[in-house]
Amino acid sequence: MARLRAPERERTLLPSEEPLSLLRKDGSPVEDSPLEMPDDDVLVRLHRHMVIGRRFDTQATALTKQGRLAVYPSSRGQEACQVGAVLALREQDWLFPTYRDSVALVTRGVDPAGALTLLRGDWHLGYDPHEHRVGPQCTPLATNTPHAVGFAHAARLKGEDTAALVMLGDGATSEGDTHEALNFAGVWRTPVVFLVQNNGYAISVPLSKQTAAPSLAHKGIGYGVPSVLVDGNDAAAVYAVVREALRADGPTLVEAITYRIEAHTNADDATRYRDADEVAAWLDRDPVDRLEAHLVSRGLLDAAGKRALAEEAEAFAARVREQLNADVETDPAELFAHVYAEPTTHLREQAAQLARELA
Amino acid sequence: MTTGTTTGTTVVSMAAALNRALADALEADERVLVFGEDVGALGGVFRVTDGLAARFGERRVFDTPLAESGIVGTAIGMAMNGLRPVVEMQFDAFAYPAFEQITSHLAKLRNRTRGRVEVPVVIRVPYGGGIGGVEHHCDSSEAYYTHTPGLRVVTPGTPDDAYRLLRDAIDSPDPVVFLEPKRRYWTKGPLHGGPAAAFDRAVVRRHGRDVTLIAYGPMVATALETAEAAREEGWDVEVVDLRSLSPFDDETVCASVRRTGRAVVVHEASGFGGYGAEVVARVTERCFHHLHAPVLRVTGFDIPYPPPKLEKHHLPGVDRVLDAIDRLQWDDRVVVRGA
Repeated sequence: MARLRAPERERTLLPSEEPLSLLRKDGSPVEDSPLEMPDDDVLVRLHRHMVIGRRFDTQATALTKQGRLAVYPSSRGQEACQVGAVLALREQDWLFPTYRDSVALVTRGVDPAGALTLLRGDWHLGYDPHEHRVGPQCTPLATNTPHAVGFAHAARLKGEDTAALVMLGDGATSEGDTHEALNFAGVWRTPVVFLVQNNGYAISVPLSKQTAAPSLAHKGIGYGVPSVLVDGNDAAAVYAVVREALRADGPTLVEAITYRIEAHTNADDATRYRDADEVAAWLDRDPVDRLEAHLVSRGLLDAAGKRALAEEAEAFAARVREQLNADVETDPAELFAHVYAEPTTHLREQAAQLARELA
Repeated sequence: MTTGTTTGTTVVSMAAALNRALADALEADERVLVFGEDVGALGGVFRVTDGLAARFGERRVFDTPLAESGIVGTAIGMAMNGLRPVVEMQFDAFAYPAFEQITSHLAKLRNRTRGRVEVPVVIRVPYGGGIGGVEHHCDSSEAYYTHTPGLRVVTPGTPDDAYRLLRDAIDSPDPVVFLEPKRRYWTKGPLHGGPAAAFDRAVVRRHGRDVTLIAYGPMVATALETAEAAREEGWDVEVVDLRSLSPFDDETVCASVRRTGRAVVVHEASGFGGYGAEVVARVTERCFHHLHAPVLRVTGFDIPYPPPKLEKHHLPGVDRVLDAIDRLQWDDRVVVRGA
């Protein structure tokens, strides 16, 4: 426990005044950044997953308009956060995502159809959390934060070197669970990274109505949790920050400043609460363009590479279309199958009743 | 189910029986953890966890920050990672901050994940009144939990059941809300330690021919007292102790009611929209042609739990249960003949 009082940790609690970054808007490297620039192969992988992720996101939005998904909360504009953080995970680490993190899920390797099952309406979850070490997508916000803390604490009790990455948005930092989870993680020194994707809005409510704190990262201080403010449209910076935080001997709160380019979901009308100029300004800070410009300037990506990647992304989208356009058989009997380890007598009676109705 | 390491019959309080169940579970399975507010050095405000931290160490029995949603939420994460947390909510009404974690996550994770994620968490909740507790310390909150599919809800009425049900709860692959009748913590009874009724079955505590009293938790003792008093009035009363509120043991309860033809459900919680209404409905639907009278309820009034000096008026006692028995249309046949 002596570690708790170490001056080093106390000094690092406060976030920087300005978001940390590695790449400028035009893709040129930031001089004297305290962050470590990822290796070239990592930068290439970050870019590849962002391009594929964006194509996936566009495809999911299109499928929603075609009635194949009930609803889709777009990740557009937030690809650097989701891809940067997920690629920073080690094989054994766990991700605890929200409903807006579909790009994070496919980046982690979850099958697109599985990532969209919830939104498609076949079931509440379409993948095995243990397969890719990805918890269920959290819909009531911030409730996944204590899950991540408990999961990582259990790993430590079992002597396993496993960290957890939990995703939340700016709105979720107002929820009580976020504060309880930060506090537990602080007291237990749990290896958890809280990644706040601050995209400026909780549906329609702007950050100014969400908090009076100097930054969301400042919220870690009250819990003894070191905090980092990072440019959320800089995939290299998000990767570097999250990678280091996952290897720390305790929790970290990371606030990534980004922007939700699309409305909250297809059912939302963003023109009612924000103007086009604001969106245009953020389009100018596009995370995919930024890393792409950097790779091109470094000679890590050329025209042929871009074409090949675009084709790969198209093929990915085609597979998503194919999967989502196929009708999935749902089984009414399954409604009773997983409520308890063994269906109770009561549920067996109700299952039989439904079966009779359907006969 | 795990067999207890306790053998032979001793006489202990319910609190001691629960303490022994926790100790035996911690001993039997290294995945078991006990945590919550004041459960460590203090041994819990009711001393149910007394001595456990000293015996099993702070890694397995520990105090947490004072935050119930955090306690249940982290327990869920630990269970997802293969442990078996047993957490304590200090008092019934103090569990409400954890309500979302319990109802939206703990209860639903297995179903959401099509059985791929198990969350074998036990939430111990001291509940009910009768201890002179001030507000927020005496709620009977069972209906909130029994209304939530995915949870098992159990409550012991005797020290022996307290031991057995808690061991079974910890062994259960399903999440369990374990309601401890705090006014009976210090009531002593035999602890057999051997096999008892199955986890989800009710038991007949006292056999009788005339009427079935259906009770659970703190009201089991009240029902048994009533049965004794009723004998003087000439009624031979059967007492069924539900033990498992969810799932509900229709078979045992209905078998009893079909034998006696009359039934009264007794609970401390408010009656309106309460657990007793479900019991009445189930019994009536299944035993209608065996009933000589409507199934009645004796419950707390539909008021916020009273202050200590007034709680005696609220809590169902022997007289109120006897009055209900008296209203079970014993002269039914006479009236019909006279009509």
